[in-house]
Amino acid sequence: MYGRRNVVIIGSGPAGLTAALYAARANLTPLVIEGVEAGGQLMLTTAVENFPGFTDGIMGPDLMAAMRAQAERFGAEMVRGNVSKVDLSRAPFTITVDEGMVEARALIIATGASAKLLGLPSERRLMGHGVSTCATCDGFFFRGKPIAVIGGGDSALEEATFLTRFASHVTLIHRRDTLRASKIMQDKAFANPKISFAWDTEVLDVQDGGGGGVTGLALRNVKTQVESTLPVEGVFVAIGHEPNTSLFKGQLDMNAAGYLITQGGAKTNVHGVFACGDVQDHIYRQAITAAGSGCMAAIDAERYLEHLGH
Amino acid sequence: MASENVQTYSDGNFDADVLQAATPVLVDFWAEWCGPCRAMEPAIDSVAADYKGKVAVGKLNVDDNPSVTMKYMVRGIPTVMLFKGGQIVDQVVGAVDKGVLKQMLDRHV
Repeated sequence: MYGRRNVVIIGSGPAGLTAALYAARANLTPLVIEGVEAGGQLMLTTAVENFPGFTDGIMGPDLMAAMRAQAERFGAEMVRGNVSKVDLSRAPFTITVDEGMVEARALIIATGASAKLLGLPSERRLMGHGVSTCATCDGFFFRGKPIAVIGGGDSALEEATFLTRFASHVTLIHRRDTLRASKIMQDKAFANPKISFAWDTEVLDVQDGGGGGVTGLALRNVKTQVESTLPVEGVFVAIGHEPNTSLFKGQLDMNAAGYLITQGGAKTNVHGVFACGDVQDHIYRQAITAAGSGCMAAIDAERYLEHLGH
Repeated sequence: MASENVQTYSDGNFDADVLQAATPVLVDFWAEWCGPCRAMEPAIDSVAADYKGKVAVGKLNVDDNPSVTMKYMVRGIPTVMLFKGGQIVDQVVGAVDKGVLKQMLDRHV
């Protein structure tokens, strides 16, 4: 129903939208399939303070709206669907979008990464009833209540700091005795009187006391093996991300963690298929590096199509 | 940008329009400030059109309707609940695509 396109981009975070901007300006009229997590991870953040050009910072959703509008201004077409299947065995590649279908002469994959969970059955059962992976979505529900954040990286500390706006107290639970997070985020969190730290601690279970809403966490100190209970009404899981690559299993080369492997720019192992952003980057994972790699993917796709004689 | 097929539920009409409804009712708990909720709007609009007459589909703003939100212990959005005969028969938390909503409806309708 979308016909055959020069360039199809799957994903609409900073990588996908920058690829769309460059491909549109190269007159390739790209089609962007935005996906269920349209706008990407920045839609779940508040102020972005490290995107160059915004002296006073910018709200994540506002930055994404601006990127989307900029790509559209040059002729990128947006589809608010979700891709359920791709066939990369021959060009043009076929992409199934909800009930529709599109063929792509060149494909740019920018499906990003999504929040990882601990993997406890109780965690899944209580998702939306006290367990969350999105502080900006769900912080509101915990006004005046004690909560916990699990993790030790930048996103865990950012969530903990943000959640002190609502919560009576935030306990940060981390498996180690040092944080992975950047110095500036650590200083902010250490200085916040509403945040305390449970070091060397793992979560054994999320408890609900039979009431269907979180009441506490069963914890264990990994050094002393001492077990304890922390009474909280909310648990925010921020233990990292995993790449959204299940669509491409068996079709594209990935590393052991499932990240797409790119080389010579944004090229995957299939000619005409390019990847950018967090789906192929487990190291930098910044909005600006995602945007930069989106630009690379668009230029690589443009050269590929030129070579085919588009 | 809610489509004409999508109802608006509230603390005031929830009992009559959802719990007492003759058909199953799909309720999307959402808020203005929730990015993933907005990303899910097209999927909600689309199932509302596809299941018209078989399932009522509507949205409940959690900011404006604390009593229903608290009653069902919604502490994360988007949350979509399917009600049948006044009872929750299924639910899904987080932004999902149309396929997931359809599977949920087809299991129960």
